[in-house]
Amino acid sequence: MFLALRDLRFARGRFALMGAVVALIAVLGVLLSGLASGLADAGISGLRALPLTHMAFDEKATSEQFSRSTVEQEDWEAWSKAPGVERAEPFGNTLTNAQVTQGAEKGEQVNLAVFGMTPESPLAPRPTSGKGLAEGSGGIVITREIADLGVEVGDVLTADKSEVRLKVVGLVDETISYGHIGVAYADLDTWRHLHYGLPGDLPEAALRQATAVALTLEDGADVTAVEKATATRADSKETTFGASPGYTAESSTMALIKGFLYAISALVVGAFFTVWTVQRKPEIALLKALGAPTGYILRDALTQVVAVLVGATAVGTAIGLALGSAMIGKAPFSLSAPAIATSSGLLIGLGTVGAVVAVRRITAVDPLTALGATR
Amino acid sequence: MTSTSTDHRAASDAAGSGGLRLLDVTLTLGDGDTAVTALDHVGLSVAPGEFVAVVGPSGSGKSSLLAVSGGLQRPTSGEVHIAGTELTALSDKERTAARRRHIGFVFQQSNLLASLTVREQLLLPLHIDGRLDAAARTRADELIDAVGLAHRAASRPHQLSGGERQRAGLARALMTSPAVLLVDEPTSALDRVRSAEAVQLIAEQTHQHGTATVMVTHDTAIMDAADRVYEMVDGRLS
Ligand SMILES: Nc1ncnc2c1ncn2[C@@H]1O[C@H](COP(=O)(O)OP(=O)(O)OP(=O)(O)O)[C@@H](O)[C@H]1O
Ligand SMILES: [Mg+2]
Repeated sequence: MFLALRDLRFARGRFALMGAVVALIAVLGVLLSGLASGLADAGISGLRALPLTHMAFDEKATSEQFSRSTVEQEDWEAWSKAPGVERAEPFGNTLTNAQVTQGAEKGEQVNLAVFGMTPESPLAPRPTSGKGLAEGSGGIVITREIADLGVEVGDVLTADKSEVRLKVVGLVDETISYGHIGVAYADLDTWRHLHYGLPGDLPEAALRQATAVALTLEDGADVTAVEKATATRADSKETTFGASPGYTAESSTMALIKGFLYAISALVVGAFFTVWTVQRKPEIALLKALGAPTGYILRDALTQVVAVLVGATAVGTAIGLALGSAMIGKAPFSLSAPAIATSSGLLIGLGTVGAVVAVRRITAVDPLTALGATR
Repeated sequence: MTSTSTDHRAASDAAGSGGLRLLDVTLTLGDGDTAVTALDHVGLSVAPGEFVAVVGPSGSGKSSLLAVSGGLQRPTSGEVHIAGTELTALSDKERTAARRRHIGFVFQQSNLLASLTVREQLLLPLHIDGRLDAAARTRADELIDAVGLAHRAASRPHQLSGGERQRAGLARALMTSPAVLLVDEPTSALDRVRSAEAVQLIAEQTHQHGTATVMVTHDTAIMDAADRVYEMVDGRLS
């Protein structure tokens, strides 16, 4: 550190230039991870909020499970009796367009991601205003995104085509969405009317169907037997996120961009420290001639690397947070502390890796060269 | 700097049984057709407190002699003993430690670190050795004074003249009170007065701390200050 910090001060122009590049990358990193969290929230916050560990789908539905899977009453009954299963209950999922037919915003078009469940189930919403769900009442509980359109408790929505009437009975004042659409909770029968597009009496068969079985499994439960017996497949909660429309493509695109960003950053840092170390060769030879162990010089150089990276990343992250806060609400953007910590940590970590590769050449410097060209 | 006999004895003990000794050292550089015998069966013994000068034409092997003596380069054959240990038998790591503890170099070109002030240049060897304490700082200030750089203590190398840089390099080599001091043409950038002062300081250090000093030079004034003068011709010492 004796030398590292003095070198930093002495060559501050060069270090500032490299630090600025790292800081800008950190800004981008924060914005990207904010955008990624925002997109993830818009895509799957509805699923994330459900208290369950797995969902069992029709085994034939291997992708877009929520639109392709149908399960029967026997299935959730079999699941609830199976060993290792704490809880199993029907869950319905459907995307619907509706229009406000009674209320201040009469005529307003509304998209709904309807989650169906039995009102007693822990899956059912706990409204911040209004009432909860009741079986067969045709009532729904909306979330903030729908309320933001001006829909209020007491309003009536009518589903397009099927003309199913939906009375808004409650509001969960949180942004909860699925596939970029605000979630509305409904009891199973109401959900079935919407799902099958039938306003009147439902056929007998429909009354015993849902999209999936919502499961709470014990840790390490082996459910292969019940999967086989019911011809269903239990996907973990995280796996179901991939079934949300667009989620996988969005998150892998963001991951790819972030990956490139970190790679570029590591290369920039590596390139800078390669040039720096090569430039410093005579000084390194001198240090070795004076009897400095290679470890001493390496430690010194790494202190410098980490000081620059941490400093630049901190500045960049602060700027990114300031810019990001201004974006909240205007774009699918949310700042999550763990995501930003990971992004900054990766920037510092991978930058250090890049620099370590560069700084390693210190080991190869021959102290003899300290005698100079004119020895 | 005051010279007391106690100082002398303590330092000689620290230097161990024997300053610098080269036994039948040969150094061949390059290979094949371009092979050069830089040192040709050189034997040399410098006792603690002895000041030896080496003269010789350019390319005769003077710098090579210092490189081998200071453990910067392994000889092709022969032994180098420093402060009682056989340098040639040590691992690279141990040789590095020996350089740190027992050897002071003053290089042919002044070799300072660009980002450090004169004072910090002097403190560096002690920081490397983990011995940077108040005594070290006091000694640094004394040495800076002794080489006439008190007004330059806070300057960095780019603010110094060639001669000032060489004096700073000399002061740095003296910081650790090394058992062996190796000096390569130290006075080339110094005027007569400064040169005499530098040599005076080296001689003082040599006698006072029981240092075994080898100095390569062209300067006849320095030769007079030396206890012995050797001549190097084509890698042979006489
Ligand atoms: N790396 C090397 N490979 C081959 N030959 C070398 C190498 N380094 C030095 N030599 C040769 O070794 C001989 C001794 O070189 P050295 O540097 O010891 O001379 P010197 O006496 O210090 O000369 P000067 O007074 O010019 O500094 C020279 O002939 C030089 O050309
Ligand atoms: Mg030379």
